[in-house]
Amino acid sequence: MLAFLLTLMLLLGIVIVLAYAERKVAAFMQDRLGPTEAGPYGSLQSVLDVLKLLQKEDIVPAAADKKLFKLAPILIFAAVFAGFAVIPFTPELIPASIGIGVFYLLAIISLDVVGLLMAGWGSNNKYAMLGAMRSVAQIVSYEIPAGLAILSVVMICQSLDFQEISYQQGILLNRFPGLEFEKNWLFGIEALGINTTNIGGITTWNIFRAPLLLVAFVIYFIASLAESNRAPFDIPEAESELVAGFHVEYSGFRFAVLFLAEYSMMVLVSLVAVILFLGSWNTPLPNLTTLKFADWTTGTIGSLSGILWGGFWLLSKTFVLLFLQLQIRWTYPRLRVDQLMHLCWKVLTPVALGVVLLAGIWRLLMV
Amino acid sequence: MEKSSVQHKTGFWEVVKSLLSGLLLTWRHFRNADKRRAPVPVMDDNYFKQPEGLVTLTYPYEAIPVPENGRYRLHNEIDDCIVCDLCAKICPVNCITIESVKATEEIGVTSDGTKKRLYAPVFDIDMAKCCYCGLCTTVCPTDCLTMTPVYDFAEVDIKNMIYHFTDLTPEQAEEKKQLLQKQQEEMAAAKAAALAARKQQ
Ligand code: SF4
Ligand code: SF4
Repeated sequence: MLAFLLTLMLLLGIVIVLAYAERKVAAFMQDRLGPTEAGPYGSLQSVLDVLKLLQKEDIVPAAADKKLFKLAPILIFAAVFAGFAVIPFTPELIPASIGIGVFYLLAIISLDVVGLLMAGWGSNNKYAMLGAMRSVAQIVSYEIPAGLAILSVVMICQSLDFQEISYQQGILLNRFPGLEFEKNWLFGIEALGINTTNIGGITTWNIFRAPLLLVAFVIYFIASLAESNRAPFDIPEAESELVAGFHVEYSGFRFAVLFLAEYSMMVLVSLVAVILFLGSWNTPLPNLTTLKFADWTTGTIGSLSGILWGGFWLLSKTFVLLFLQLQIRWTYPRLRVDQLMHLCWKVLTPVALGVVLLAGIWRLLMV
Repeated sequence: MEKSSVQHKTGFWEVVKSLLSGLLLTWRHFRNADKRRAPVPVMDDNYFKQPEGLVTLTYPYEAIPVPENGRYRLHNEIDDCIVCDLCAKICPVNCITIESVKATEEIGVTSDGTKKRLYAPVFDIDMAKCCYCGLCTTVCPTDCLTMTPVYDFAEVDIKNMIYHFTDLTPEQAEEKKQLLQKQQEEMAAAKAAALAARKQQ
């Protein structure tokens, strides 16, 4: 229960910061000022937006399928929020430490699709329906390259446990029960003879441990943009054609929940990308002979310093990825439906399959 | 232009290059977000020389100064007005309403030395009708009707768009009218007396 509340609080905090950042970043990239009135530099803008939404009337269209319509936002948010249950925030702190976290995460966020379809169908509105169909088609398609990219990580790490994958990517490797005698080698290849177990930092991140995973990371990142309906894959919410996509009929609190779910999804996919590819809560600074940067910026497990450093690195890396998502949104034009499917099925999926194959071979070189 | 000059770049690395250059562009704008365009007037030499920085003008707090010869809200300096009615006549939309009352004696002189002989109990300009052509300001013989740099004068009630420039209260106007009437009656009486006197001769 405590973990639930803490995660919810953290998530709300991040989403509010993100919603504000989105508007400011968008403004700055377009040479505008963005919000300036509410609070210093408009920083209270998103808080006030939430308060405004909560006060609004909750309108349920007369022709809507009321049960589906009312249930959908909660289901969508629950599906995304349940994904946070297996995210390790620090070396010690993980809401639910289960061995098949990666599998669980992929499964639970797929439920999102059901909620989207319910929202679109239940609204009884052609724009909502079209938006939901596009959304579902896109998410279902892009889960394949994303899943394959994640699979290649799982093959390299030989684990479905987020926490174990995290430990493998840093100097704390041997502190994880069951990994006491594991060793990290540069690029994962023992034959090179450079032991990076105690160097840590960026050299033990997954994209460094198996440089092949850099390709997997790019595939995952592109697919994750599509999964969270972000530009340039935002045809489900194409404002100019579909008004707002599947949530066009929602207002007040329900809209706030959908909004929250959308931003939570962005945060979640970025968190997963950081954990699987960019060294999770591990520091990016390596130990260099006498300069023990990695040790200094890791803290001790179990003490406050470990929690603070872990949380700091995880969140800062996540925010870098989130910033990249925002920047991409304000840089690239939207893809057409056929281009979207072309990219997914004819480019990303075959490449991801190749990466999975090569990851298997790499793993053979690693042992 | 020859067709061959348009080259379509294709291939993986070209695409990556163009994607990165797009990101670079937005990043450059993001980096320049600490700069702001200065709110200089269009007459300024630097007006077109500020390619960088945020362009938003936080309007009620800052505004670009308007050109000196700009045409905005009218103002009538009633002390200098000789109530010649020229402005009302030239106005293409008839938005100036003037009523005049002859003074019994000379009222005074305007700042450019013209004698004033008329009172204006009504001098209204309906700014909602005015098309800001500026004709009235050019015909005004004493230059008392001018354009001010004020352009932000929207009103909730459209009646408030009618600006009253007269300096007489209704009572004063009434008094002047009566004075004039009395003078005219006296003059008429004097005239009649003179006429009668001439007849008797
Ligand atoms: S500016 Fe033109 S329209 Fe306005 S009062 Fe003068 S003459 Fe009339
Ligand atoms: S033209 Fe000038 S002086 Fe004549 S009535 Fe108009 S404002 Fe007065």
